Amino acid sequence: MSKVSLEINGKKISKEIPDHTTLSIFLRDILNLTGTHVGCDTSQCGACVVHVDGKSIKSCTALAADLDGSKITTIEGLTTNGKMHPMQEAFKKLHGLQCGFCTPGMVMSAIDLLKNKKNPSDTEIRDWLEGNICRCTGYQNIVAAVKEAASKM
Amino acid sequence: MKTFNYHSVKDVKEASKLSSSKSAFLAGGMTTIPSMKLGLANYKDIINIKGIKKLSGIKVSGKTVTIGSTTRHAEVANSKEIKKAIPSLSALAEGIGDPQVRNRGTIGGSIANNDPAADYPSACIALNAVIHTNNRKIDAEKFFRGMFETSLKSGEIIESIEFAIPQKSSYQKYPNPASRYAIVGVYVAKHKSGVNVAVTGAKSCVYNDKNLSDILSKNFSADAINNTKISASGMNSDIHASADYRANMVKVFAKKAVEAC
Ligand SMILES: Cc1cc2nc3c(=O)[nH]c(=O)nc-3n(C[C@H](O)[C@H](O)[C@H](O)COP(=O)(O)OP(=O)(O)OC[C@H]3O[C@@H](n4cnc5c(N)ncnc54)[C@H](O)[C@@H]3O)c2cc1C
Ligand code: FES
Ligand code: FES
Repeated sequence: MSKVSLEINGKKISKEIPDHTTLSIFLRDILNLTGTHVGCDTSQCGACVVHVDGKSIKSCTALAADLDGSKITTIEGLTTNGKMHPMQEAFKKLHGLQCGFCTPGMVMSAIDLLKNKKNPSDTEIRDWLEGNICRCTGYQNIVAAVKEAASKM
Repeated sequence: MKTFNYHSVKDVKEASKLSSSKSAFLAGGMTTIPSMKLGLANYKDIINIKGIKKLSGIKVSGKTVTIGSTTRHAEVANSKEIKKAIPSLSALAEGIGDPQVRNRGTIGGSIANNDPAADYPSACIALNAVIHTNNRKIDAEKFFRGMFETSLKSGEIIESIEFAIPQKSSYQKYPNPASRYAIVGVYVAKHKSGVNVAVTGAKSCVYNDKNLSDILSKNFSADAINNTKISASGMNSDIHASADYRANMVKVFAKKAVEAC
């Protein structure tokens, strides 16, 4: 067991957890933050992407103990006073989702892209979303949504 | 994933002391964690080495670029100094996996793992790298021993990798469309002392194609290797590409790399 202290969506949290607890399990099973999804569980699909100290990572492939002291933002942490983040708004408006399974990861990954590149091209968006797999949309509307969000952010 | 004891260490001595045949060092975890989940590996102890300060960072001198073992792919991809000294090396890092893999995966983890399709081993061979460990310095040519096999001894820790700055260089790969690992990757580097043509993805382990290197050392042009035959013997054959196809791709990507130099 290890004691882990993290700041999650602005809230400080300390817990005693088994050493092999991944961040995805910590979020979903211990904190009940089930907005972060787990698809492949082996770092291929990107459904579990969250931000750690401002950078996107796959939470299924990081030990919570390894991230002790970090600041974490999950999909639940994007809304302010009940208002959706511009990226969420754009996904909703342009149908950037169907079943919604990949969406939390897509949104978190896309926000990280816009931190580094304010107005990405289609190719840059597709390149960046390399690690996020969507089984439903065919990606077209996801790319459109990221562009729309870029114009609003 | 089965449980293990997690250790976070502050210096190399402590890490080495804790290690055993049943332990793994934790760098990016991008190989270790999925391997444990899939039951391909089980460890009693996981030793996090990212807290060891001297293992991370980038140093560029007149002749060499030295990268600490726990330096992440994204840091190599974005380093202004590396972009200037060896642009092909930062471009290689930029082409690894996806942004989230690049935000966690490390150069030391990549070469210690020595995946037959990994990108960095080809850079080590092409750029006459010296691998610095806690005990010794190992030339890249002697470091990569076979499929997932290196000359690292149990408990030995890679501290940094020192690359020679070439006159010209380029890395060209045919990426697996899902993972971005190299189906075939060719790293061509022209040094004062001669040309290296390092090939990854094609065989069970990265290698320097001596024949192509010799020809290009005499005449550094894509045309010089037009009529060179690459044997398919020993090449990998799988659902992605046959041995013959890979043999042909070695030449195609070697030419591309020379042209891009
Ligand atoms: C989806 C996905 C896509 C990928 N695509 C690519 C790609 O396109 N190209 C590519 O080259 N790679 C690719 N990778 C591999 C990735 O880039 C990492 O480099 C690799 O997984 C290992 O690095 P790590 O830092 O995560 O090592 P870890 O998983 O932490 O460790 C791996 C092994 O190395 C040992 N080790 C780690 N650091 C040291 C050290 N300093 N000294 C001694 N031993 C050490 C550990 O004991 C362990 O056995 C991909 C990985 C994933 C998950
Ligand atoms: S669940 Fe983490 S990448 Fe698929
Ligand atoms: S919306 Fe269903 S997987 Fe992307």
